[in-house]
Amino acid sequence: MRIDIDALVPWVGSLVVVLLGSLVFPNFLSLDYLLTQAQIASFLGVLAAGAMVVILLGHIDLSVPWTLGWAAIVSTTLVGTGHPVLEAIAIPAALCTGAIIGVVNGIGVAVFRIPSMVWTLAVNAMLLGTSVLFTGGFNPRGEASPLMRALASGDKLGLPNALWVWLMLSVALVWLLRRTAFGRYLVAIGLSEKATWLSGVGTPRIVFGAFIVAGLCSALGGVLLAGYANQAYQSMGDPYLMPVIAAVVIGGTSILGGRGSYLGTVGGALFITLLTSVLSVMQFGEAWRQIIFGGIIILMLLVQNFRRGVQA
Amino acid sequence: MNLPKPGNPRELLALVCLVGMVALYFGTHPSGPTTYVMTIWANQATILALVAIAQFFAVLVRGLDLSVGAIVALSNVVASHLLSGSAFEIAYGTLAVLVVATICGLVNGLLIVFGRLQPIVATLATSAVFGGIALLLRPTPGGTVDYDYADAMTLDVAGVPTALILMLVIVLGFWLPLRRTGFGLSLYAIGSAGEAAWQSGTPVAGVRIGAFVLAGFFAGLAGLFVSFVTTTGDAGIAPTYTLNSIAAIVLGGVALRGGVGSLFGAIIGAFILKTIAALMFFSGLPPLAQPFVEGLILALAIAIGSIDVLRMRHRLEVFDR
Repeated sequence: MRIDIDALVPWVGSLVVVLLGSLVFPNFLSLDYLLTQAQIASFLGVLAAGAMVVILLGHIDLSVPWTLGWAAIVSTTLVGTGHPVLEAIAIPAALCTGAIIGVVNGIGVAVFRIPSMVWTLAVNAMLLGTSVLFTGGFNPRGEASPLMRALASGDKLGLPNALWVWLMLSVALVWLLRRTAFGRYLVAIGLSEKATWLSGVGTPRIVFGAFIVAGLCSALGGVLLAGYANQAYQSMGDPYLMPVIAAVVIGGTSILGGRGSYLGTVGGALFITLLTSVLSVMQFGEAWRQIIFGGIIILMLLVQNFRRGVQA
Repeated sequence: MNLPKPGNPRELLALVCLVGMVALYFGTHPSGPTTYVMTIWANQATILALVAIAQFFAVLVRGLDLSVGAIVALSNVVASHLLSGSAFEIAYGTLAVLVVATICGLVNGLLIVFGRLQPIVATLATSAVFGGIALLLRPTPGGTVDYDYADAMTLDVAGVPTALILMLVIVLGFWLPLRRTGFGLSLYAIGSAGEAAWQSGTPVAGVRIGAFVLAGFFAGLAGLFVSFVTTTGDAGIAPTYTLNSIAAIVLGGVALRGGVGSLFGAIIGAFILKTIAALMFFSGLPPLAQPFVEGLILALAIAIGSIDVLRMRHRLEVFDR
């Protein structure tokens, strides 16, 4: 199997962060700490997986925050009714919500050919609006089901359940990207949509599919986060948008589409989670964390570009 | 006035929409088109218009600047530290704010041109840095701006809001002359055909950096204007401005793929967005429904702007849009 070197950059970065962190706090090398980080990285990783599918296409999904938020609201509200059947369908219903939002995104991008950056932004604004309308601007009532809580916080065979969810999603996604025609077309559209369409591929279908996968991933992330916090809350997704895009990009996926590896996205999610954790444990204030965070992302991207430049 | 060229029907459409909406707004406003009502409306719209102008310059050269909001916040915070005291100190402070913002733009430009980073990604990262610096300078909202100075910029001159005069000065005194310079022409050349521009000897690197420097400068102006309106500094205002600036330029007929649109269009788009918000405030719509309707109108406006995709004569034309 060919391994993209760009994809290894965030992995090396993660290693460096942990080792540097352990110089100050030896605790960083303990299994407990690393497993906790893996659990937190799973939430980001699930979201980043969906974002990556759309970015491979050469588009971007800015509706992640409120897709995630709505999935959390739908699932916790259904559980909050106390009805056993409604509780049982909480997670499927949340995933359906994500898929429907993906279809709406797809309509704008594939049919009307509105730039995805603008359309998904508008969709996000509408989702925010409907949520305010629905909840009255307060935190929605309701709670997470035991299953959701277990998925987010429990563990099996020594590994956090969230990590298992991420792993399973990853296996499915790698299969989708590498072994199916859909995955090939995705990359082909990212390289040249015109050429792909001229080769007889129904490109709008693929675009729809990609946005639906992204919606599903965002919704799954929302379910996990709702399970972790045991509730849904207003704008719970807002802090995730930038880290999600950053995770995909420092994993070596081109924001223009057509190039990228899933291994890198996983590494990106790990790297960002570890970096955030180390910076907060080291007692940096929010301001310094942002500055260092931004600086390191720029540095890693420059390193990738420099390496490519030397190679070429 | 700078009437849009027939080549950009969207800009004209936007202008017609704006005129209609403004007429509706002042026609239905409970206290009528008084100078006071106009001033408040113009101030709000001008802030967004300045951010939209910043975004316009980045988009024109096929970039997208996700850091404009952070630069607005940083300028606002710096202004809240410097815009008080003697007239000399205030003048120096104003200059310092604009210099800081311009440097932010320069950093973006250098990273994009010489670091060869994708504009979206580079500015995403720098927005974290700029936002962090703003937060460092002012962890909680506070500080003051000289009231006389703020009043002078946000009230009116002989019944005409100062903000509108500022817009006019920018269009007539800056944009129209700039459009006729080699630099102005190069901006469009790079946006519509970068390679051809390079082959014809356009200094592509310099012009692209210049575009991002201008973006930083106008974001700084926006930050100054925010300070005049709020007379305080707040590091948390970044996200809404970035997203709204993109929406505004799209409404104003600027193409996100670059090379199409004008600064005038960016201003129109921003004024449309703010007029919609103002209209809704007085429409009697339940407050809880307002965010939804705002999002819906935004989505519809964007969709209508793209409706000509259904009139394409050939499928292939679609891909060149």
